[in-house]
Amino acid sequence: MKIVINIQLKEGVLDPQGKAVHHALLALQFNEVQDARIGKQIILHVEDGEKDKILKRVKNMCENLLANTVIETYTIDIED
Amino acid sequence: MKVVVAVFPGTNCEIDTKYAFEKIGCEVKLVFHKEDKLPVDTDLVVLPGGFSYGDYLRSAAIAKFSPIMNTVVEFANKGGKVLGICNGFQMLLEAKLLPGAMKRNQNTHFISKYQHLKVINNNNVFLRKLKIGDILNIPIAHGEGNYFINDDKVKNLYDSEQVLLEYCDKNGEEENPNGSVNSIACICNKNKNICGLMPHPERAIEKLLGSSDGVKMIEGFLK
Repeated sequence: MKIVINIQLKEGVLDPQGKAVHHALLALQFNEVQDARIGKQIILHVEDGEKDKILKRVKNMCENLLANTVIETYTIDIED
Repeated sequence: MKVVVAVFPGTNCEIDTKYAFEKIGCEVKLVFHKEDKLPVDTDLVVLPGGFSYGDYLRSAAIAKFSPIMNTVVEFANKGGKVLGICNGFQMLLEAKLLPGAMKRNQNTHFISKYQHLKVINNNNVFLRKLKIGDILNIPIAHGEGNYFINDDKVKNLYDSEQVLLEYCDKNGEEENPNGSVNSIACICNKNKNICGLMPHPERAIEKLLGSSDGVKMIEGFLK
């Protein structure tokens, strides 16, 4: 089973990397860009099993290690 | 005084830290991250600077699961003194021994330079040899030192005397090298036995090499 985890800085938390990328895009004349924010994607391959159970365990992984919930939020997608 | 310096894969300030504490008369032991015990009569544990586990995922995110860290958390919760410098500060945040989190520096650059600091509170074991308002000159060297804490929690930090140092210019006026909330450079926990800072006092030990202001800081730990 393939699990896709997306991690983003919380809204309101300034993203210095995203800001730098935004400025670079503007410098390249991509003036339509209003904002850029950078996150992380983590892809896990886990043993097949009950979806709810897996989701619960992956949530645990996010809370304990994969995301720092002081500044980050995460989403979990399970792809069969 | 017996000091333990914890060494993780990627730590690179352990020898400087050992030198600094030996200079003020401490007995210093380096302990590898795979150990799960501290020497019985340890007075202070220092988590030194560096790039533990290559800063993978987030700075210090993986170090907090090292066997030695469980022991350090236990030691700290029993009132043992713990000092985290730079990457060590990040470990204390990741392990939730101190509040808040670190973000990438506001200008996205790795900053390595001397930086002035102002003493905000000295009612703690770390800065008790210094006076409130004292200006120090200590090197900083970090890419993720942009201290973040929620607005509603900042006031609490000040009210409970947990903010120890702020970045400033040489006259003590506002200067913020990395974007930290309120220019905060150093905090401690409520019980004042756990302290974390981004500047490197162990790199300011010999006047000949630029500054000896770090000595006054670490001397606070002496009995």
